[in-house]
Amino acid sequence: MEFWFSELHTENVKLSIKVNKHIFSEENDHNRIDIFESPEYGRVLTADGYIVMTERDEFIYHEMMTHIPMAVHPHPQKILVFGAGDGGVVRELLKYPDVERIDMVEVNVGVVEAAKKYLPFSASGLDDPKVTIYTQNALRYVRHIVGEYDVIIVDSAGFYGPGESLLSREFYGSCYKALKEDGIMVNQHQSPFYAEDRAETQKAHKRIVECFPISRVYQAHIPTYPSGYWLFGYASKKYHPVDDLNAKRWNKLGIETNYYTTNLHKGCFALPAYVEKLLAKVE
Amino acid sequence: MSNQAYAPIYEALVEFRRNRVVPFDVPGHKRGRGNPELVKLLGKQCVELDVNSMKPLDNLCHPISVIKEAEDLAAEAFGAAHAFLMVGGTTSAVQTMVLTASKKGEKIILPRNVHRSVINALVVNGATPIYVNPDVDNRLGIALGMKISQVEKAIEENPDAVAILVNNPSYYGICSNLKKIVELAHEHNMLVLVDEAHGTHFYFGDDMPISAMAAGADMSCVSMHKSGGSLTQSSILLTNSTVGPGYVRQVINLTQTTSASYLLLASLDISRRNLALRGKEAFAEVVNMAEYARTEINKIGDYYAYGSELINGDSIYDFDKTKLTVFTLDVGLAGIEVYDLLRDEYDIQMELGDIGNTLAYISIGDRMREIERLVSALYDIRRRFKKDRTGLFDHEYINPSVVMSPQEAFYAPKEEMIPIRETNGRICTEFVMSYPPGIPILAPGERITQEIIDYIIYAKEKGCSMTGPEDPKIEYLNVIKEATIY
Repeated sequence: MEFWFSELHTENVKLSIKVNKHIFSEENDHNRIDIFESPEYGRVLTADGYIVMTERDEFIYHEMMTHIPMAVHPHPQKILVFGAGDGGVVRELLKYPDVERIDMVEVNVGVVEAAKKYLPFSASGLDDPKVTIYTQNALRYVRHIVGEYDVIIVDSAGFYGPGESLLSREFYGSCYKALKEDGIMVNQHQSPFYAEDRAETQKAHKRIVECFPISRVYQAHIPTYPSGYWLFGYASKKYHPVDDLNAKRWNKLGIETNYYTTNLHKGCFALPAYVEKLLAKVE
Repeated sequence: MSNQAYAPIYEALVEFRRNRVVPFDVPGHKRGRGNPELVKLLGKQCVELDVNSMKPLDNLCHPISVIKEAEDLAAEAFGAAHAFLMVGGTTSAVQTMVLTASKKGEKIILPRNVHRSVINALVVNGATPIYVNPDVDNRLGIALGMKISQVEKAIEENPDAVAILVNNPSYYGICSNLKKIVELAHEHNMLVLVDEAHGTHFYFGDDMPISAMAAGADMSCVSMHKSGGSLTQSSILLTNSTVGPGYVRQVINLTQTTSASYLLLASLDISRRNLALRGKEAFAEVVNMAEYARTEINKIGDYYAYGSELINGDSIYDFDKTKLTVFTLDVGLAGIEVYDLLRDEYDIQMELGDIGNTLAYISIGDRMREIERLVSALYDIRRRFKKDRTGLFDHEYINPSVVMSPQEAFYAPKEEMIPIRETNGRICTEFVMSYPPGIPILAPGERITQEIIDYIIYAKEKGCSMTGPEDPKIEYLNVIKEATIY
């Protein structure tokens, strides 16, 4: 018997992963969550049929979402995370001893429960006393908060469906307001390669440029995401992502990583020409 | 309820498709084969159902089978004696009401802020409008309902009027004392026609303002495509036992297409079924969303999302809680400015923006996550754009002087494009409407006075949005030729 999971990356391109067994499936008001076991990628988490993360390559995404802002900010203590129900970002954040509080807003409590049960490699930190999980709408949580956080990490599952409101002007505006004067926000920016995803990259970038004085885009290689090439947005009120990186300070922390290094940090903001062009169009 | 789960037109269409009948009739696209681009745009299923009247599908001009059954089910669902499926928008339903109730030379009592479809119907049939001044809320800048004292006065002064037309609810959700108006009208042998375009949900939701049929009105039109969920341009006309259905059908057929779209008819049928079966829960959810949004918006500060607290027992006899209107002037922004910002910067399209307000249409298709977006966007707009408040334009109602019926004015010889300052004393042949508060300043057949000219110029300077005349800048007006002035 052959059992394959397939995800359409465009109408004409799909990625298929061979599956050993289907472990979990749940449909709630927000979306349908599935977890399966695969020989090549280990455990795979999908939402509405789209890969959220796999055991094999999640470290790239989670390290790049977390360590880029955490290495630039001189003293990050209060962190707000949106989405991230699989726990990967929180796991990385807990590597910083000075972090006092991690507030996580995940509207879909089903993901959190499933991750704790079936994805322990990523969900390990979700029960840490520093972590508070708010099960509510992201916009509702953040719109009344003023000057509270050092770093905000927006780990939206995707730009379609429930994650759509995390791509809006009102959301970025609210995040700007919720950050302290030297706060940093990071979000995922889709892949710039396929036309439809590219439009979303541009939209996200446009909205963030309108909200933050400093806004840069960086990249990583993520095999199971469409085109295998992924962008992230770095936005800040004060710190430049490369000029204000204190590599020495970060390396002294002795945090173990498998993708992120301070050298990579400096390099990942250097983008291919076609990406520079498509971003410049909306700046 | 007998069998509201049944949708006869929908089921006849499904059966029809299953039979794979060979089409040697119109429409000429023949299930889309002759127009592949159209199929690509609308989808095969949709185009396949774009068919003509035929025996198994009945005929809207003279319903005897599935359309009749669908109308009977709709009548039952709405608590009416008869229901007529309409395919020319609620405009066609409003016009049918006016043409049924009145004829040339007869008087019909109307609130001044009627929809233009009503005046257009008067152009067609030659009846004369008697206007009732609607109350206006000067802070919010919106027209309210009809005061009972004003209705009484209009009836007293015009005992020969044949009907009273009521807008209920208004665009902003304001309801008049419909039951009392029906009582007064019936005591004086007048029919009550209700433009209930924004009130379909009154028939299905719990704890809603009274519906026209429940209040005993004689005719009402419900825009099923607004809160009812059917396709744009589909509508339902409701009548009570006081109005002969045969005559209404004749009136409808004066202007209705003989090629009614089955997409529209099926959408009415399915929507009626959905409302009858699930309307109560669905509208409870709509009210919840609107009330939640009101609470959250009022927490932001400066915005005022108004609700039932406006009720004053007369010109705001009741309030439609599904309506979400936000008063924005205290943020220092006009409603239309917030409306534009929401669209241009936040990708949120509102239903309308006027000087003081912007209105979000909340319906059975909404979800909480979009409500959260709207609330947050309003929050962000205030953070970014809050200014000192600018003066609100104060509206003063000017009693119109109706010199001739809209029909006479429409067909009279005209002089076109007269500079507005030179029109004092002339008779206007077109509409001039100002938002806010959406009340016509002039309608065809009315005398232009210096007061009206001054008002139009002042309202324009104040930034009111003016619509109606041929000249979009309203520097010129069309009037009736001098020699024909009475």
